[in-house]
Amino acid sequence: MVRAKINNMPVTVDEGTSILDAAKQVQVKIPTLCKHPDLPPGAGCGLCIVKIKGSPKMLRACCTPLEENMDIITHDPEIVSVRRTVLELILSNHPNDCLQCGRNNNCELQSLVADFGIREESFQKFLPDCVKDDSTRTIVLDPQKCIRCGRCVKVCQEMQNVWALSFLERGFSTRISPAGDIKLADSPCIRCGQCSNHCPTGAIVELDETAKVWDALRNEDKYCVVQIAPAVRVAIGEAFGYPIGTNLTKKLYALLRRLGFKAVFDTNFGADVTIMEEGSEFIQRFAHGKGSLPLITSCCPGWVDFMEKFHPDMIDHFSSCKSPHEIVGVLSKTYYAQKKNIDPKKIYMVSIMPCTAKKNEIIRGEEMYASGSQDVDVALTTRELARMIKQAGIDFVNLPDEEPDQMLGDYTGAGVIFGATGGVMEAALRTAYYLLNGKNMDKLELNSIRGLDGVKVAEVPINGHKIRVAVAHGLNHVEYVLDQIRQAEKNGRELPYHFIEVMACLGGCVGGGGQPYGVTDELRLKRAAGIYQDDQGKEKRCSHENPFVQQLYREFLGKPLGEKSEHLLHTHYRALPVYVK
Amino acid sequence: MEQKLIFIKDTDNSQDRINDFYAFFLNALKENKLDQAAQVVRVADIGIYDKGLVVKISGGANEIIYAFVQEANINDIVCRSVKEDKIIPELLFKDSPKQLRIVLRNCGQIDPENIDEYIACDGYQALEKVVNQLTPEQVIEELKKSGLRGRGGAGFPTWLKWNLTRQAKDIQKYVICNADEGDPGAYMDRGVLEGDPHSVIEGLAIAGYAIGANKGYFYVRAEYPLAVERVEKAIKQAYDRGLLGKNILGSDFNFDIDIRLGAGAFVCGEETALIASIEGRRGTPRPRPPYPSIKGLWDRPTAINNVETLANIAVIILKGASWYSAIGTEKSKGTKVFALTGKVKNSGLVEVPMGITLREIVFDIGGGMISDKEIKAVQTGGPSGGVIPKEFLDTPVDYENLQKLGSIMGSGGMIVMDESDCMVDIAKFYLGFCVDESCGKCVPCRIGGYQMLSVLGAISEGQGKLEDLDKLQRIALAMQKASLCALGQTAPNPVVSTLKYFAQEYHDHIVNKKCRSHKCKHLLNYSINQDKCKRCKVCAINCPVKAITGDKEKGFFIDPKICVRCGKCFDVCKFNAIAKE
Repeated sequence: MVRAKINNMPVTVDEGTSILDAAKQVQVKIPTLCKHPDLPPGAGCGLCIVKIKGSPKMLRACCTPLEENMDIITHDPEIVSVRRTVLELILSNHPNDCLQCGRNNNCELQSLVADFGIREESFQKFLPDCVKDDSTRTIVLDPQKCIRCGRCVKVCQEMQNVWALSFLERGFSTRISPAGDIKLADSPCIRCGQCSNHCPTGAIVELDETAKVWDALRNEDKYCVVQIAPAVRVAIGEAFGYPIGTNLTKKLYALLRRLGFKAVFDTNFGADVTIMEEGSEFIQRFAHGKGSLPLITSCCPGWVDFMEKFHPDMIDHFSSCKSPHEIVGVLSKTYYAQKKNIDPKKIYMVSIMPCTAKKNEIIRGEEMYASGSQDVDVALTTRELARMIKQAGIDFVNLPDEEPDQMLGDYTGAGVIFGATGGVMEAALRTAYYLLNGKNMDKLELNSIRGLDGVKVAEVPINGHKIRVAVAHGLNHVEYVLDQIRQAEKNGRELPYHFIEVMACLGGCVGGGGQPYGVTDELRLKRAAGIYQDDQGKEKRCSHENPFVQQLYREFLGKPLGEKSEHLLHTHYRALPVYVK
Repeated sequence: MEQKLIFIKDTDNSQDRINDFYAFFLNALKENKLDQAAQVVRVADIGIYDKGLVVKISGGANEIIYAFVQEANINDIVCRSVKEDKIIPELLFKDSPKQLRIVLRNCGQIDPENIDEYIACDGYQALEKVVNQLTPEQVIEELKKSGLRGRGGAGFPTWLKWNLTRQAKDIQKYVICNADEGDPGAYMDRGVLEGDPHSVIEGLAIAGYAIGANKGYFYVRAEYPLAVERVEKAIKQAYDRGLLGKNILGSDFNFDIDIRLGAGAFVCGEETALIASIEGRRGTPRPRPPYPSIKGLWDRPTAINNVETLANIAVIILKGASWYSAIGTEKSKGTKVFALTGKVKNSGLVEVPMGITLREIVFDIGGGMISDKEIKAVQTGGPSGGVIPKEFLDTPVDYENLQKLGSIMGSGGMIVMDESDCMVDIAKFYLGFCVDESCGKCVPCRIGGYQMLSVLGAISEGQGKLEDLDKLQRIALAMQKASLCALGQTAPNPVVSTLKYFAQEYHDHIVNKKCRSHKCKHLLNYSINQDKCKRCKVCAINCPVKAITGDKEKGFFIDPKICVRCGKCFDVCKFNAIAKE
């Protein structure tokens, strides 16, 4: 433990704690635009400077560990004035179009400038002469708004191991771009959107597609239907002042009807169907030796893209099952349309997702058009939905609770936990156990694969077999697991795992790239807790128990992995070049 | 008879000299049948500058040095001095007694490409003594007593750096020789590497022994091809003699050296950026702590020393700490090499004991001013340094004194300025260098430098306002306090020091729109002195923008609104009729 003083107040912190973090203990907020709790300090902005009493030098609080007996001053006239100059320098290199910016009212730079009470521009404006990159049709890079804090580069390289973004050039011309100055769409970018989630300004934002949805909703020829992903319900409340992790599923159903959707479905239903297919796929591979082990989950489109680009040797291990929202999408335009006698061409499916990669997934291959047209027409992020709610003038907080529309709306506890890391695995094991044993597990919770450890492993005894599973989230943790498999295969050793779940984003979908800003581990855990609470409160907590899923197979699909399922609910993977050109 | 060595170096830098003195000497030797008795060696640096062809003959009774040797003297030299050991008094070079050559002890004395010559000058004896007789602790203790401080600029005690690295616990440690010399006008490291590479290799090996590293790197800028070539050769020779590699000189000390080339970024001379560059990453500084002595190259403890520092090591070990510490001032021991340039008669590398005054360097060693213009200031420390006005010429040169005057010792650039140098222009030049070389990582340096440069640009163009001076001071403070590395922290120094000592010049530029040195061309006014004008019309014909009009009767006049201050009229007028003010 280190004992020191900050602004004359005693603090005791663990060794290695930065001055920035230590200051929080005594309710002191040191401004920064580049340090993010998820990332190592970048020391780029120069705002977090502090002094040691008696020394004229200034230190960066983000990357200086507090040392025994240090006497730190975080605010004095000189420090504040230097910070102000630095902030004004940033502004001299940043456009003044806050009112039209995607981050208006939600921008770290904007609020800091407001905090400092900066009312005028002291320095001449120099704006970089560069154009927006919206080539991915998923995330938009606007280099003019970039303050070169480097968070996105750290996220892309260190957290996600994708290396699509890097710094180019130097000095005043420094900018963020894919290496070689190519377009993002031609780079290794997997569209996970973590860059947009960590960007302090509006330099990287999701492609806003709310206008498309408004158009569809106003078009009388369209039969607009919608679905919400598991992680959206526990995060949307953050935009409306709810405590983090509040589950707002039923308010969302009501809201979406108010917005004009004719039917409101739930992606969790699709998750239950995914488990029926993927669980059966696992049994086939594990118990009947058809297909290669380990089976690797494929419901995360960022992960799929990453695998296709960087690990195509793993294609055979991938579950061919589509992701839950694609399943709800294709079923809405086939099964639902049939039952309700609606022309599938008129159905317009909108997915509300915690994810930017879903915008890319809906057009990733011909299998995404299994219904005859595009199965999901638009994927909106949680952030976009929050904007739509505000635009529609709906008093979200005071909405009554409502229920989803039938057939594709009801879900089990297994369906909702898809939103947290480890959830897909837990849900799949619940059903696999049932399929192998004919009865449910005694204890459904698998606590060893919950939580935020980068790689979590467990051994689950089922029917005399020991099933070894691994769960990885945050793509920099994946390599380790894949290498274990490759090593075992190469040396002819027993496979380390039978079943692997991978989510591209830290924490799984609750920490998705399309979720509200300001994500931290604490926040990921709270959102996940909201999800696990939903599971806990459900009467039915295993996918195979969902009566509507049972009805779906009885009336429409036949059986899991049957001919119709294969056609509608499964897909293929192919190796992709890391760089397009 | 022992073979004589004839070292030659043409120290005249005028471009039209293409005399092949080497061939002349070979011919003369051949004609006198002395080609077996003497060998001609071309050296890169002979330690004497601007003295025409310098010839040094060794191997005879006395070493003979001739300066300003003409082609016609060559035969004479061969006949009398080489053959008969006689001195030709009228050619004899008289050295300034103020220099003391420790670092440059061998430069120009030995063939840098021949290890035997280095060994003949006690080379590698220090290494032999260290590995066979001294413990690492004793080596560090000796350095501590010697008082040697880092010659890269900051003056950090060398023993302390070594001791910190020695005490860091790790199985692998590294030593690096920083030869990324980049200050404009400075070439001390180049002189040493090209003139005496073995002394640096020996110093690096001793450093490796002292801190417990078995691997060293030379980080040399690629713009020094001859230095790179000579270091490569020297390393190979050292390996061949068992002075590098396994079990050096019969001890159990192993040490390998590799070369890494810098790609031309000034900031890579900063130690953490240098490490990033060696590791193959973008050359940007990272926050310290952790210091490289704890976590350096590949996260291992690493000691980084400048070329000149390392060149001191072997001598200190051989001659002893008390000999070394007797040289210099109380806090700054030993000698310092300066690259003396600018408006001084003898420019070149000079090595002087610490504590010598600037006046002695400029007038006794440098031979005074090159023209009849009066000295105005001396700039030290390169772009990170400052200008020292002539009032302080009697200040003894050491780390502390230069800092007190608002400049720094730096790596050893020393530029003499006279009345024709404009201080605003000088500040603009140095700041411009740092702005170009900023890595772009942190805001104060990236944007602050650019803003300051634009303000200086406006001032030099007559667009400045008095409040700009406050703006300069304000940004300078932010850069000094909040920049991450020394480049940004010191970049404003040339501006701050010229503002401190030459405020009147800034005033002249801003208020009176005058540049008294006639350097800032936007502030120049050209006019035609009608009394001197012969109406020849040459100026009007040559004016590129047709700013000069008139006729033989009325005379010719320059329209200041059209004039672009190119100076063409001034150059072409044969009658000095164009006035420039």
